[in-house]
Amino acid sequence: MTLTQVQTPLLEVANLCTTFTAGGASIPAVRNVGFTLNRGEVLGLVGESGSGKSVTLRSILGLSRRYGETTGEVLWRGDNLVAMPESSLRPIRGGEIAMIFQEPMTSLNPLLTVGVQIDETLKAHTRMTASERKKRAIEMLDLVGIPAARSRLGEYPHQFSGGMRQRVMIAIALAARPKLLLADEPTTALDVTIQAQILDLILSLAKDFDMGVILVTHDLGVVAQTCDQVAVMYAGRIVEEGAVRAVLKSPQHPYTVGLMRSVPQNVPPRTPLYSIPGTPPSLLNLPQGCAFAPRCPNRSSACDQSRPELLDTGGGRALACFNKVRAGEGAAA
Amino acid sequence: MSDATVSSTQAVVRKPGRLRLALAKPGFMTGIAIIGASVVLALFPGLFAPHDPNFIDYMAVRQPPSWLHPFGTDLLGRDTFSRVIWAYSVNMQMAFLATVFALLIGVVVGALVGYYRGIADLVFGRVVDAIITFPFLVLVIAVVAVLGPGLINMYIAITLVGWVYYARLMRAEVISQKANDYASAGIVMGYSDRRIIFRHLLPNAITPIIVYWMTDMALAILLGSSLGYLGLGAQPPQAEWGVLIAEGRNFITTAWWLSLMPGIAIVLTGLGFSLIGDGLADLLRPRG
Amino acid sequence: MSETVLEIRDVSLTFRGKRGVLDVVAGRPPRDVNALNGVTLDLKRGETLGVVGESGCGKSTLARCIVRLHEPNGGEILFHGSDVFAPDQRRDRSYNRRVQMMFQDPYSSLNPRMTTSQILKEALLVHGMCGEADVPERLEKLMDLVQLPRDALEKYPHEFSGGQRQRIAIARALAVEPEVLIADELVSALDVSVQAQIVNLLLELQERLGLTILFVAHDLRLVRHVSNRVAVIYLGRIVEIGDSETLFASPSHPYSQALLSAAPSLDPDDKGSKIHLEGELPSPMDIPPGCPFHVRCRHKTPKCTAELPVLRPLEGRGAVACHHAEKI
Repeated sequence: MTLTQVQTPLLEVANLCTTFTAGGASIPAVRNVGFTLNRGEVLGLVGESGSGKSVTLRSILGLSRRYGETTGEVLWRGDNLVAMPESSLRPIRGGEIAMIFQEPMTSLNPLLTVGVQIDETLKAHTRMTASERKKRAIEMLDLVGIPAARSRLGEYPHQFSGGMRQRVMIAIALAARPKLLLADEPTTALDVTIQAQILDLILSLAKDFDMGVILVTHDLGVVAQTCDQVAVMYAGRIVEEGAVRAVLKSPQHPYTVGLMRSVPQNVPPRTPLYSIPGTPPSLLNLPQGCAFAPRCPNRSSACDQSRPELLDTGGGRALACFNKVRAGEGAAA
Repeated sequence: MSDATVSSTQAVVRKPGRLRLALAKPGFMTGIAIIGASVVLALFPGLFAPHDPNFIDYMAVRQPPSWLHPFGTDLLGRDTFSRVIWAYSVNMQMAFLATVFALLIGVVVGALVGYYRGIADLVFGRVVDAIITFPFLVLVIAVVAVLGPGLINMYIAITLVGWVYYARLMRAEVISQKANDYASAGIVMGYSDRRIIFRHLLPNAITPIIVYWMTDMALAILLGSSLGYLGLGAQPPQAEWGVLIAEGRNFITTAWWLSLMPGIAIVLTGLGFSLIGDGLADLLRPRG
Repeated sequence: MSETVLEIRDVSLTFRGKRGVLDVVAGRPPRDVNALNGVTLDLKRGETLGVVGESGCGKSTLARCIVRLHEPNGGEILFHGSDVFAPDQRRDRSYNRRVQMMFQDPYSSLNPRMTTSQILKEALLVHGMCGEADVPERLEKLMDLVQLPRDALEKYPHEFSGGQRQRIAIARALAVEPEVLIADELVSALDVSVQAQIVNLLLELQERLGLTILFVAHDLRLVRHVSNRVAVIYLGRIVEIGDSETLFASPSHPYSQALLSAAPSLDPDDKGSKIHLEGELPSPMDIPPGCPFHVRCRHKTPKCTAELPVLRPLEGRGAVACHHAEKI
C-alpha cells in the first residue's frame, strides 16, 4: 500500500453532488462524495436502496445529468468529467470508462446480434479494421467464457440465459479495453452459483487488463469477497471508507456495524437478528444533523445538531461519525 | 417508523395532490370548461338560444351572420345559432347514451372473459375478430337499416357494435392486473371471484376504459352526426348537428354558415372530450 | 414437532407450452415446462420448513400449488389428511383461510386502491372473523401485532416503504387466524436492515401464535436462520432434505454443497473451499436424463447419466437424492 502510494490515482472524485428535481422539490441524492481509485483496484460502493450508490456511479459518467444537476469534481486523466460537455464525454463512455448494469436483458439491444453490438463499441472507440474487430469480438466472447464463441456472434440476446447475457454485456463493455469499469449491481439479478462465476470473471479480467473497477452492491458478502476498498453510503453520503478487510473486521460507523449484524451469519439460528430500527430517511426531509442519528444506538446530542464530516482516522480509513464504534464493541463476532 | 419512506430515489418524492396537479394543467381545464358549458347548454338550451329554433321566418331566408342572427339563418329563415344551441341537447345525449351501455356491457364482459379465460375467451376472441374486421360505420348503418332510422335505434346499433371495443380493452387490462400478486392474494384469502373481479381488479383496470370513453363520446357525436347527415339518425326538423350540416350542404358556397357553424360545434365538443380524456389519464393513474 | 399438518405427495406440475401451427408443421416438440417433478414433503405443526433453490427451480410454483393458485397435474396435497384439490374441498374456502400465503413483491401484493384498514377489514369480514362492531378494535390489535403505528390504517400502500408493506401483508394473512403461513421470498425484495426486522417479526409471531411456516427463499443464510428443517430443490425435485443445522453444516448432495459454498461470506479472509459450479441451470423445458444435476456435477459417473436417483434416507442426515452421497 505504502509503496503504491506514489502512483497517481486512476480516478479522483471530490465533492460530488447530484441533486434531482421532481415536482418542484429538490432531492439531494448524492452529497459531497469523494474517493480515489487506483489502477487495478476494486472499490465497492455499498448501501441500501436510496443511499445514492447507483446515482454516484452514474454521475461519474454524467448519466445523471438528464435528471438533475451534478457538481463537484471527477478527475480522469487530468480532466474534470463533471464540467465536460456531452460531446467530449461520448468517446470516454464505453471507450476509456465502461459500464455494466444489473439487468442485462434491458441493457442489451434485443434487435441486434451480439456480434453487431460488440462491433459497434469497437467501431466507436478504436481504429480497428473490420477483420480485427471481428477477431476481437470472438476473443472477447471467449474471454468471458461463452462456449463456441465464433458461432454465437450471430445470435440475439434472448438466445442467451441470464448469466450468459451478463457475460455478453461484460464482453461488450470490455471490448474497447477500458481502464475503468463501473458495475452497477451486476449480479443482483443472478443466482448465487452464477453470481460467483460472474464476480470471478470481473476480478480476473480486471487483473488481466490492469483495470480499475467500481462495484455498486447492497451485499456485504460480495464486497468482502471481491473488493479491495469499500465505501459505505447512507442517505447520499459516504459514512465510512477504507480497505475492505479493515472496515469489515472492525467497522467504526454504527450503520456499518448494524448492516453487518443484520446479516444472519454466525448468529444462533432462530434467535432475533440485530436490526437497525426504523427506515432510511426521506431524502426530501433529511435531519439537520447526522442522517443516521434517528436510527443510531450511539447517538449523542451532537449528532442531532451538526453533521459529522468524513474525516481521516488513520490507516487509510475515513469515518463520518462523532461516536465511533470501537473494536469489539458492537461488531459481529 | 411512523414516517413512510420509499425505497427508491425517484419514489421518495412526495407528490403534491394529484387532483391539484391535474387541475393546474391548462388542457384539462379547457376540456372541463368546454364540456361543462356544453352540458349546461344541453340541459337549458332555452336560456341561451335567442330565438325559437323552429320558428320559420320566410322574410329572413338564408341571411348571413348579423347581430340579430349571429350564425345567420337557414333556408326556412330559422335562426342557425338557436338551432345549433338546441342541438346540444340531442348531441350531448348522443354522446352519453350511445356509449354508456356499450361501456357497461363491455366492462362486465371484458372483466369476466379476462378473469376466467378458457372457452368463453376463445369465443369472445372470434366475436371480436368478426366485428372489428368490418368498418364501424358500415356495421352501424347495417344495423340501423334493419331496425329502421331514428335516435333510439341508432343508440342500439352503436351499442351493439361499440361494446366490443370496451370489452377488448377491459379484457387486456384485467389480464395484466390479474398477474399482480394482490389478485393472487385475493384468491389465497379465499375471496369470491366476484369480489376479486369487481372489488379488486375492476378499480385498477378501469382507468384506460374511462379515458377511452371520453374519446368515444367525441366519436359518438361524430357518428351520430354522420348518421343524422345520412338521414339514419335524428330526423328533421329536429335540430341536430349532422342534420344541420346536411341541410346546408347544397348551399356550401352561397350560405357557408349553415354547415360551418354546427361543424365548429362538433369539433369543439370533440376537442373538449379529448382534453378531459388526457387529463383523466394522468389523474386516475394509481400512485406507486 | 409431532402432528403433520400438510402432506405433499409426489406433486408434479407441467405448464403446457403454446404450440403454434408452424411448430406443428415443423415437427417441433411441444415446449412444456416441467416445473415440479414429483415433490414429496411433510410440514409438521409448529415447525419452519425452509425451501431453497435457484430461480426457476420450482420453489415458488410449489408454494403456489399449496395455496391452490396452481393445480398440480399429478400427486396430491393433503391438509389434515384431506385432499385440498378434491371437489368438495375446493368449494370450501376455509382452507384458504387456514393456509395463508405472503408474496415477494411488496409493491404488487397490496391493492393500490385500498387503504390498510380496507384491506384488513375485508379479510376479517369475508371470513366472519368478527362482527362489524369489533372491526376497529381488531384492526388496532393487528397493527400492534405487526408493529405498525395505528395511523398506518388510513394510508394507501404507496405511502409505505417496502418493509412496511410486507408488515401489512403479514397483518392481512394473520387477520384470518391461519395455521400455516407460506412465505414466498417474503424479504428478498427488502434492504438488509429491513430484512432483519421482518425476519424477527416472523419468528416472534410464530412463537406467539404457534404458526407453521413454509419459508421459500433463495438466500441460504436467511433460510438457515429461520428454519428447523430445510429442503433443497433442483429442477423441480427435492435433492436433499433434512435438519437445518446438519444440512448446512455438512451438506450431502453435491448441489447443496455448491449452493452453500457459493454464498459469499462476510469474512474477507474466508475465501477458500469454493466449489464452483460449471455451467448454468438447465432449462426446465429440457431436463437432462438421469440425475438432472449430472451436467454440472464434479462427481458424476455413468450411472448418473442413466439413472434418476431417488430421495433416500441417509444415516444421521435426512434424505438425499444422489447415487454417491455416501462417498462425497
